Amino acid sequence: MNIDELYQTIILDHYREKHHSGLRDPHDAQVHHVNPSCGDELTLRVRLDGTTIADVSYEGLGCSISQASTSVMSDLVIGTEIPHFMGLYDDFLEMMQSKGKIEPDEDRFEDAIAFAGVSKFPARVKCALLAWAALRDAVSQATAEEAL
Amino acid sequence: MNVFDVDAIRRDFPILSRTQGDHPLVYLDSGNTSQKPQAVIDALSEHYSRHNANVARAMHLLGAEATEAYEGARSAVAGFIGAARPEEVVFTKNASEALNLAANTLGAGLQPGDEVVISVMEHHSNIVPWQLVCERTGATLRWFDVTDDGRLDLESAERDHLINERTKIVSLTWVSNVVGTRNPITEIAAKAHEVGANVVVDASQAVPHQATFVQSLGADLMAFTGHKMLGPTGIGVLWGRYDLLASLPPFLGGGEMIEVVEMGHSTYAAPPYRFEAGTPPIAQAVGLGAAVKYLEGVGMDAVEAHDHEITAYALDKLQAIDGLTILGPREAVERGSALSFNLDGVHPHDVMQVLDSRGVAIRGGHHCARPLHKRLGHQSSTRASSYLYTTTAEIDALADALVHTRNYFAPRFGG
Repeated sequence: MNIDELYQTIILDHYREKHHSGLRDPHDAQVHHVNPSCGDELTLRVRLDGTTIADVSYEGLGCSISQASTSVMSDLVIGTEIPHFMGLYDDFLEMMQSKGKIEPDEDRFEDAIAFAGVSKFPARVKCALLAWAALRDAVSQATAEEAL
Repeated sequence: MNVFDVDAIRRDFPILSRTQGDHPLVYLDSGNTSQKPQAVIDALSEHYSRHNANVARAMHLLGAEATEAYEGARSAVAGFIGAARPEEVVFTKNASEALNLAANTLGAGLQPGDEVVISVMEHHSNIVPWQLVCERTGATLRWFDVTDDGRLDLESAERDHLINERTKIVSLTWVSNVVGTRNPITEIAAKAHEVGANVVVDASQAVPHQATFVQSLGADLMAFTGHKMLGPTGIGVLWGRYDLLASLPPFLGGGEMIEVVEMGHSTYAAPPYRFEAGTPPIAQAVGLGAAVKYLEGVGMDAVEAHDHEITAYALDKLQAIDGLTILGPREAVERGSALSFNLDGVHPHDVMQVLDSRGVAIRGGHHCARPLHKRLGHQSSTRASSYLYTTTAEIDALADALVHTRNYFAPRFGG
């Protein structure tokens, strides 16, 4: 397998730039997710404004794939509605499990289309999913908090 | 085999002739699991093809053959490590189970105020079982620190009276799976025995690589695993001094570990069977027996000498690479063959990936030793680990691939 499919320019750019990184206040929920097999760690905060994801902020230690995925996801979901994120989560997960067979819709996924290449490397799929699972957890904690 | 001939040895391992794309396989992940010689593959196949039956409880001819093969493997392992008798060898499914067996039986009598001593360089499997038993019994868990170059910090341990009259168990790795450090087990065991503590040794990275004589090591219990020493997965060993094993309560309950079962109470079999509940990993034990025979054929002194030569070569070669930092001992003195490092600015996962694309198989991550990485100031690392079939040409391929990795990412990360 050609690793240039994995290390696409979009991914390496995000790894370098880390959009929306740093932990910010106020926030409605904070989660800490790890990838126990490799040690990647991510602390992620979410701030909601009604049903809108108003902000996602984070600090993480990890490989280029997990870090870039966090940056790309933040770009995609900040300012969008929770149901939109949940839908994207499901579709992203399906794409990552497709071993490169699903061609993502660029209008919907923007820079996240680069992760279609990552899905051909099964050992790295969990790196790409770390941030997505963390945000889903943070959003559900924040909405549960609100319902109280 | 009198002269160590690495090319001849490599011919015994079918997988080593594999290619990955255009690249020959360069397998440098033997600390994770070793490759298997044809003799071990054949032993498994022969067992299943001709002698398969359950052991001990099957009374027919095949049962007798399977039992003989299984017990033969126990004797072979006992001989390999210099045990006083085969009954000192308990088969488990891996080293983790062996260490859990040790923690749960030896730790059963712990009380609040008692202390268990481990070290910060342990594999998680020699940390978590002791945490669990300490939580359950109220005993206190303490640990050796390491120095910045990855050696056990014996001075601070002495100053802090780490081993004292409250110490009941000392459980240490013989050779670190991350930084390769070989610990002075015999010296520490003498101190532990002076205060009446028992000594458990995690020998997973030691027994495969050097001649082992348990009777002079100083250990009371010693755990290791078959798959890191040319044997199959699914078979581990807990060696114990027979009188100690005989004093320990059972671990898992079930068939074959009993003497008499009444509905209200049972009595238990003598060691090793007391600790081998249920159908054991029979074919895997037979495979381990074949692995031991193979290693004895090569000679463990020769294996150790080869490991040492490769490790010294790799340490020189890797330290010549700009931007590469070795974790732990930088010279091949009192160290095994695990060699962990980081390449500036490139995460170990990414190093691993680029190396893999060139057929070089290494491991990236925290190698089940998160506390050690944290202590040494690294989040994770990349580890190359060699064995008797590793060549200097493979170390050259590793070094070339690392330079390639650095050059692959430098312009891309630099923007």
